[in-house]
Amino acid sequence: MDQALHKSLDVQTITRFGKVVELGRDAPLTLDSGATLGPFHMAFQSYGELNSDRSNAVLACHTLTSDQHIAGTHPVTGMKGWWDMIVGPGRPLDTDRYFVICSNVLGGCMGTAGANQLDPRTGELFGTDFPVVTIADMVRAQAMLLDHLGIDKLFCAIGGSMGGMQVLEWAASYPERLFAAVPIACAARHSAQNIAFHEVGRQAIMSDPDWRQGSYLQQGTTPRRGLAVARMMAHITYLSEAALGRKFGRNLQDRFAITYGFDADFQVESYLRHQGQSFVDRFDANSYLYITKAMDYFDLATDHGGDLANAFAGTTTRFCLISFTSDWLFPTAESREIVHALNAAAANVSFVEIETDTGHDAFLLNVPAFHAALTGFLNGAATHRGSPCS
Amino acid sequence: MSEAGGGEGTERAALRGDLQLVADLIDPRARVLDVGCGDGALLHYLESHKGVDARGVEISDVGVRTCVSNGLSVIQGNADTDLSDYPSNAFDYVILTQTLQTVHRPKTVLQQLMRIGDRAIVSFANFGYWRVRAYLMTRGRMPTTKAFGQPWYETANIHVCTFRDFEALCRMLGIAIRRRIAVDHQGRADAFLAVGPLANVFGEFGIFLLEKR
Repeated sequence: MDQALHKSLDVQTITRFGKVVELGRDAPLTLDSGATLGPFHMAFQSYGELNSDRSNAVLACHTLTSDQHIAGTHPVTGMKGWWDMIVGPGRPLDTDRYFVICSNVLGGCMGTAGANQLDPRTGELFGTDFPVVTIADMVRAQAMLLDHLGIDKLFCAIGGSMGGMQVLEWAASYPERLFAAVPIACAARHSAQNIAFHEVGRQAIMSDPDWRQGSYLQQGTTPRRGLAVARMMAHITYLSEAALGRKFGRNLQDRFAITYGFDADFQVESYLRHQGQSFVDRFDANSYLYITKAMDYFDLATDHGGDLANAFAGTTTRFCLISFTSDWLFPTAESREIVHALNAAAANVSFVEIETDTGHDAFLLNVPAFHAALTGFLNGAATHRGSPCS
Repeated sequence: MSEAGGGEGTERAALRGDLQLVADLIDPRARVLDVGCGDGALLHYLESHKGVDARGVEISDVGVRTCVSNGLSVIQGNADTDLSDYPSNAFDYVILTQTLQTVHRPKTVLQQLMRIGDRAIVSFANFGYWRVRAYLMTRGRMPTTKAFGQPWYETANIHVCTFRDFEALCRMLGIAIRRRIAVDHQGRADAFLAVGPLANVFGEFGIFLLEKR
């Protein structure tokens, strides 16, 4: 499939980015801001084989800081893909049954058009001239990718956190192209507290002198400190007090007593510093600004006349919402609000709250009850679809 | 939530027959919402045997996980708080088995069932059953029987009622009772003594098919 795909669809393969296509050459993408984009590049990865009637495609939508490399070894970090536990033969997203696609989001920094990429029209870096994008823009670009790949209808769109926002947007914007939807640990609009966290992260980046008003790539610097601080703060929100306590407690780092200084006395400090530093090696600061802003702008109810149920009116998509008890970034109440709206739209919806103390990141971790619920829902959906996936 | 308060082992057998009687009342390919669907046994049966569009609401996380893992469309929710979201007349049948006595506002829940569904099927254990009456009369203590299996301080039942109580509430709310099945101590439906005016004495469980008047 991949070889044929490359030949017929003009897909380039680049180790770092996976596969890259050019989209929007004939008709550019009009963004929510009114700006247009096109032609532009979109990088994606795929796993499994597209079946003959093109009915087994699953779109996995990635989070703020992950990318298209879901499974296998990540070409940049050398670590396992972010959903290696979920995607693969015999796993919940069984690549013997499904053709799993994940594309780098618009505004991302792994090959899809974004601030650290070249503008094909000018051959110059976009930098902060890149237009501000929204979750809906990301989804429109994904729909263009599916058009390019000849996939009319997805068996399922699935994702956690910002990935879940994309899934909700898919369900609202392209209900006829979506048989099933699995939004995980997400919300139909970004809360004031979450916008606040993002703003602190953006300010950390923009107040780093090496940010250079966003033109650091052109000027040969990197706002490492700012981006690292943004990541450290955000990382705390992905965990929980219980998880931090269990993992680190008040344990000291390589020492037997506190030092009465500002060195990293505690393991948790050392851990966060490491998280910040390793993030800088793989992520672009401007991309962080763009994507956090896209999440902040997300408000599906306001986009549909103030009533979230309107976003799903008449939908025939089968939904499964999943939340986690210890997630305080996207608490269960946010998922419940979506469930209420789906009920009001008489949609077919499942909703399960999984008990875990691992916080928001639970959907990236080995949580068997989550995997069981996901597998059960997908199998049930496949049965109702009439077993298209073989 | 869907347990009537009975002990696990003995209760299960009685419940199964109870669910079968409920299932028999439902037309093929109907749209069905089971409120307090437990592990989804009834929904699964209805989906596989009658081709219904089956949905469920369940309060316990274990129940919901079991249902979703088995491919059923079930949400984690609560009869008292989560029924108001559903649009009117969204279902042909709304089912409430062994749950009415555990909710905080049975009257409101009953009104919601009739708003959401064209018909409702409600089943519950009868507090007017003769063994329950005899227990209270002879011992002067809250009955613990097969149907009311747990002591007052443990039971999930907070609004116990008799058939006559329930029928009076239906009259008050303008709800038509299209069918009443009284199940006796041996699990027999509408057995000799449990039909007619003696049902409130000899029926241990009741299944009511309700319709808007």
